[in-house]
Amino acid sequence: MSLLTLVGVSHHRAPIELRERIALDLDACRALAQQLAQRLGGEAVVLSTCNRTELYLAREEDAEKEAAAAVTELAGDRAVDIASALYRLRDEAAALHLFRVAAGLDSLVPGEGEILGQVRSAFEAGAPGPLLDRLFRQALHTGRRVRLETAIGESPASVPSAAAALAQQVFGELHGRRVLLLGAGKMCEATARNLVSRGAEIAVVANRTLAHGEDLARKLGAQAFALDAVAAELEHVDVVVSATSASGLVVSQSTVAHALRVRKGRPLLLVDLAVPRDLDPAINGLAGCFLYDVDDLRAVVEETLSGRRGEAASAERLVAEEAARFRDWHAARDIVPTIASLRALAEEIRDSELARAGGRLSERERRHVESVTSQILAKLLHLPTIRMKEAAAAADGVVYADVVRHLFGLGEEERRR
Amino acid sequence: MAELLVVPALLAYGEAAFAYAGELRGPGLAGRLATWGVRLGWLAQTALLVGQAASAEGFPWGTWAGSLNLFVWLVVGAYLIWGCTPRYRLLGLTVMPVAAALLALAWAGGGTAVDDGERSGAVLAVHAALMLAGFAGLMLAAGMAALYLWQERRLKRHERGVLKVRVPPLEALDGLAARSVLGSLVLLTLGIGVGAASFERGDFDAAMAVTLGVWVTYASLLVLRHEGWRGRRAAHLNLAGFALVAIVLPLTHFAA
Repeated sequence: MSLLTLVGVSHHRAPIELRERIALDLDACRALAQQLAQRLGGEAVVLSTCNRTELYLAREEDAEKEAAAAVTELAGDRAVDIASALYRLRDEAAALHLFRVAAGLDSLVPGEGEILGQVRSAFEAGAPGPLLDRLFRQALHTGRRVRLETAIGESPASVPSAAAALAQQVFGELHGRRVLLLGAGKMCEATARNLVSRGAEIAVVANRTLAHGEDLARKLGAQAFALDAVAAELEHVDVVVSATSASGLVVSQSTVAHALRVRKGRPLLLVDLAVPRDLDPAINGLAGCFLYDVDDLRAVVEETLSGRRGEAASAERLVAEEAARFRDWHAARDIVPTIASLRALAEEIRDSELARAGGRLSERERRHVESVTSQILAKLLHLPTIRMKEAAAAADGVVYADVVRHLFGLGEEERRR
Repeated sequence: MAELLVVPALLAYGEAAFAYAGELRGPGLAGRLATWGVRLGWLAQTALLVGQAASAEGFPWGTWAGSLNLFVWLVVGAYLIWGCTPRYRLLGLTVMPVAAALLALAWAGGGTAVDDGERSGAVLAVHAALMLAGFAGLMLAAGMAALYLWQERRLKRHERGVLKVRVPPLEALDGLAARSVLGSLVLLTLGIGVGAASFERGDFDAAMAVTLGVWVTYASLLVLRHEGWRGRRAAHLNLAGFALVAIVLPLTHFAA
């Protein structure tokens, strides 16, 4: 029976300067997995993200030593430090760990969604066989199931995603909603990408330095304007995201009030990510306007993170269920070939005796004997088959399989040949 | 026997009202239990109304309590169109407590009894049904307006838990309330038209005046929407109109 081994390093026990020594891109993961699978004569998948690098191996003998050696080899002169941060898991524990990782339960932010895609990429780049194929497919299924059946991934976990979630709270679906960006920095871009991922359109990027604004506008498919053209654009957009490096206010209450007269009651969401603030706080008092600054967004994120932690208990229950299903499948793997061998032996004996008696029976008698002997075999083997499958589910399967193989001499005939 | 069905209906509506309060803490089992309470309660009340209609010689909901019984059934039926989806589930928080209270009032007033109804013509029955259906839609619209104002306040005040409770988006509430008002106005117009068909000089009373006032208020809401009366202003006008429906109209209609 194949043994499953996991050896890895993660953010729980290794700081970033250690983790970055053994972080691998997807091509390197692919190459390492192929190399390990060939060298060890088994199956291999390598998962490497900013928070973990893990080797999943499956072969007939224990592969823990080889897996640990492969990880420490990646660390070069930090091999000793890496060795002390390694964790090593086997079989059911390794499966449970992977399912927790795929569900986002082992991440820095519980329920984060990126990890599921990373697990899928690692699986597709790996060298899986029957065991790792089943393990990773079930891990991906577990990750999807947790996100569907719990609310662990629903609430935003960062300021940009909180801004996008607030936009959905005001407007619902964001398809067709237009966004105005004030500033062209990383914060603006991250928030813009969050909004775009939910269907919004970046209409305009306004920046003090037009060239920088044009760079970002090109990436996002938007137009670029100078900051002094903002007032006219307020009439046509639904969301304003501001993160400039200006020392004073960029948009005043009167500017927004003027735009509201033309907007005919359509709501406007303004997100101010700058410190000092770009947008006049009095804007929030205008009818139909909702202004959130960075402190407001951080408070929302903190609240939703605590909610995610609450959902983790439900997610852990689901993960434990899936791990138990994998354990039952893994345990049954050894029983199935034994049951097949026993049935094959029984059929072989039946065919041989029928062939010997064939000449003395008429066609009708032969068909009748074939039918009766087939039924006898089915009834004789039915209960032992059920009992062996039950034993496999109760983790006694290996013992039962060995006993059956010994009693019936399964495989001995082949070995003699 | 059929009149006993008001008990399971009332219990189910009451359960739904409490369960929607539980949904405020976070979406999940409470919301699902509430939805099932509404469904089962509405089925029980439907059976009650069928029993009343089957055993009555005329229109069995001519009294104030009987009208209230039918009104509640229409309101909950209209709510079920949207309220079963998780997105709009919280609308039940504004609708179901009122529906449960009104049904209890109808029960106390004898409006759920199964007996001979007052003799009335088909025209009056159709008029009453259309008007009640229209008012039911207006009650739903008022519920959406109330939910809009509540959620708008939470967003304005930057409440930390504003994303924890699954409330329909503001634009959706505003749009849905307007559509509900439009549908209700159509029903009210038809109801007024049917009533006017049997109208005679001297029949015009305070209730008819208030009804026309309600119609004008809501028609104005739809017209003003095009002039920018959306969001908070529309919600306030919506609630003002419903105050006419909920307080003034019953006083003028049944106190006379």
